[in-house]
Amino acid sequence: MSDTYKLNIDGVEVEVPKAYTLMQACEEAGAEIPRFCYHERLSVAGNCRMCLVEWEGAPKPLASCAQIVGDLRPNRDGSPPVIRTRGAYVEKARKGVMEFLLINHPLDCPICDQGGECDLQDQAVAYGRSDSRYDENKRAVEDKNMGPLVKTIMTRCIQCTRCVRFVAEVAGVEEIGMISRGESAEITTYLEKSLTSELSGNVIDLCPVGALTSKPYAFNARPWELRKTSSIDVMDAMGAAIRIDAKGDAVMRILPETNEEINEEWLSDKSRFVWDGLARQRLDRPYVRRNGKLHPVTWPEALDAVKAALSVGADQIGVVAGDLIEVEQAKAALDFFRGLGVRNTDCRPAGAQYGTSGVREHYLLNPTLTGVEEADALLLIGANPRVEAAVWNARIRKSWLWGNLKVAVIGEAAELTYPYTHLGTSPEALNGGAVRDFFKGAKRAMIVVGEAAACRSDGAAILAAALSMAQETGAVSDGWAGFGMLHTAAGRVGALDAGFIPAEGGRATKDILGGALKTVVLLGADEADLSQLGPAQVIYVGSHGDAGAARADIVLPCAAYSEITATYVNTEGRVQMTTRAVQPKGEAREGWAIFRALSGVTGKVLAYDTADELRTLLRGRTGQNTAFSGRGYAPGSKGVPALLAAPPPAAGGLGNAPFSRAIADFYLTNPIARASRTMAECSALATSLDTAVAAE
Amino acid sequence: MALRRFDLEAGGDSFAFRSETEEKIAFWRGKYPADKQRSAVIPLLWLAQKDNNGWLSEPAMREVANRLEMPYIRVYEVATFYTMFRLQPVGKFHVQLCGTTPCQLRGAESLKDVCTKEIGKAMYVTDDKRLSWEEVECLGACVNAPMVQINDDFFEDLTPESLSAILGRLRHGAEVTPGPQIDRVNSAPEGGTTVLTDASLFDGSRTRVALLPNLPKPPEPTPEAAGLPQAGSPTITKREEPASKDIKS
Repeated sequence: MSDTYKLNIDGVEVEVPKAYTLMQACEEAGAEIPRFCYHERLSVAGNCRMCLVEWEGAPKPLASCAQIVGDLRPNRDGSPPVIRTRGAYVEKARKGVMEFLLINHPLDCPICDQGGECDLQDQAVAYGRSDSRYDENKRAVEDKNMGPLVKTIMTRCIQCTRCVRFVAEVAGVEEIGMISRGESAEITTYLEKSLTSELSGNVIDLCPVGALTSKPYAFNARPWELRKTSSIDVMDAMGAAIRIDAKGDAVMRILPETNEEINEEWLSDKSRFVWDGLARQRLDRPYVRRNGKLHPVTWPEALDAVKAALSVGADQIGVVAGDLIEVEQAKAALDFFRGLGVRNTDCRPAGAQYGTSGVREHYLLNPTLTGVEEADALLLIGANPRVEAAVWNARIRKSWLWGNLKVAVIGEAAELTYPYTHLGTSPEALNGGAVRDFFKGAKRAMIVVGEAAACRSDGAAILAAALSMAQETGAVSDGWAGFGMLHTAAGRVGALDAGFIPAEGGRATKDILGGALKTVVLLGADEADLSQLGPAQVIYVGSHGDAGAARADIVLPCAAYSEITATYVNTEGRVQMTTRAVQPKGEAREGWAIFRALSGVTGKVLAYDTADELRTLLRGRTGQNTAFSGRGYAPGSKGVPALLAAPPPAAGGLGNAPFSRAIADFYLTNPIARASRTMAECSALATSLDTAVAAE
Repeated sequence: MALRRFDLEAGGDSFAFRSETEEKIAFWRGKYPADKQRSAVIPLLWLAQKDNNGWLSEPAMREVANRLEMPYIRVYEVATFYTMFRLQPVGKFHVQLCGTTPCQLRGAESLKDVCTKEIGKAMYVTDDKRLSWEEVECLGACVNAPMVQINDDFFEDLTPESLSAILGRLRHGAEVTPGPQIDRVNSAPEGGTTVLTDASLFDGSRTRVALLPNLPKPPEPTPEAAGLPQAGSPTITKREEPASKDIKS
């Protein structure tokens, strides 16, 4: 029996798999089918009826999204079924549906934030009547509370239930539902509680009308006024594809773009709503501390101050790079300080113990983000993907839901939106037999170590144990590199690739910040423990006034990720570039340019004058293969030979202290997020949910 | 249909099933496989409503959700979908008055007036917490229209006077008799039967067969007339016998 089926669609004969829906078949034939409720990443609901098509001989039009091609019968003479997606019959059917949809939909497009990018608006142009035949009052629905991110105007809702299906299927937090029925049907959260999912912002994109819109963006701009720039997100280490919408000098909103290999088309709430942090607490000019207070100065004055601070001797200088550092800045800073003879450089502000083995595969997520869809067993060691890589968590959930993935966790027993086997809370569990049992029968096993595991004092031992277990259990085999690190910082892999680790005999973060050095340079390192710095002179290079700038003696303002064209390497080792959407604030400069300027002051001039020259240097000569040579792909199973080598020797055994969390507060992980009012609101709400509310 | 929302204030903070209900819960849950326990949501909501004085409070709904390990919103959807789950308090005796066409033609409007006069507006609970009423759609007793359902019993063939009397008795805790409130048995004709009343129909005296004289004998029926196939005639339907590989053992 054949798995494909012939159809005659608008006179074009196509052959499609039997499992296709009629809508997919029509699209294959080049027809455009209007729809509201259907979404290719959600289950089929078939309730909006906008996708009606004609099947010759059928008594009624068919909802093409819910019709499986294999269920269509051929004509009596055996010729393929004739489908028409155009013509008077279809037109009339769809116009009828549209008229019903518009009966209760308000005519408030001029004050609706969806205006200009509204599916209903667009399709009403094609199928709407110019007037209404409905004389009765329109139905009005009370607006619902869905938290600080999603604004609701429920009268506009056409009950497509995309949002209901999204939170139930993709986000895995069943919080939205449709209550009552018939004319009084309403979409709401349970008793109007706020959404707790970290993917909740996606319901705004999914809503085909203006019922669910972005609360922080409300009444800010019209879509046609915005300058749209495709870029890369840096809020987590996934490097999701985003579109930065800017008006004038301000970022107005951030939307996801489709990248099947990273974020499909979802985006976490932090990445989506952090944009108001880009306009607050910004460092827009250099500062120098005099008499205990930071005073604004000019760039030349600031560079002179830096020169003075760096004249303490190379052994007395330490440099710590933060979570958001771009590769260009890391490279320029490294070149500059190595030129001065500084060996105390580190890009692991939390003290993680990876990156020193010289093997790139030891700190990449080798199985890749999409790899989890092929995997059949996933072990998370000290990692909580729900907060560390929220969009990837949705992919894990998808693999569990539709595939045959089983998950086990060593670490905190957090709610991950899918069930898992909890094998233990401390690294000792790695020695247990339960772990081996878990991998029994698995053909594509995946072992993922989290930042929380790498940052422990026994981090190196955990990494080595995890790697040797991957080799033992066959997780690393031909064509499948089943061992990986899940990073939390967008800049980490890039900085490690650039070699931003202590040089031979150099100190690591803990010692740099321990108070023994005279001058400490922080490259946006705000998350590190700065309390032990003692009398050290602190130079802060960063975009936001946060912990680092507060302690700093010299502040050099640099541009944030929306303001530079820069390279980031995601946790898989995928090299990607951001694009400048707006200009840097005030006198802020691109990170690499600051060190190029400094090199001019100190006399050891760096070998590049433009960012392009720097990037050419990074990519290497033609034929030369560096980490930055390729762009946009993950090495994945190319790392198998490197992973099959013996793991680096690690001193000490596995500890028995339980794993802590790598991220204490999902919404406040970096200076940009901490400057965001929206994120503060979300964080307050999320933390208040943890504590019991006193009964009134 | 008006908006249906939980009366959060009247619902309080807690709800517990009565101990004797547990057996019924086990019965209903036992009907569904272990991974399909959610299917028992409607029976369980119904039991919760019975244990909660005839209405479903928010804590009661949560209790059902917790027992079936369902998200609250999913149970909430069910509870708000079906109007037989009442989300506001009702009286000890809740009157569901049928207002659909047959009952309306037979005087349901005047019954509504009685309820409004004796109880108050719809879903209002009397001060003594004994009575409340609401209008519902057809309850399927049209033969005996107009009718009301009070808790689990039908009261049929009502007049304003008889309904008023029933409400009065309920208010004072007196016994009431469900069923038709006039002289009829179930849905048998009012005032006794009017057709098929001849006693000879039932005494067997009419069972003899009358034969007319000189009637020609009917011919013997041919096989075709009897709907039987002719001997040896070809059948028009071909039946494929299943091969042994098609048969699952």
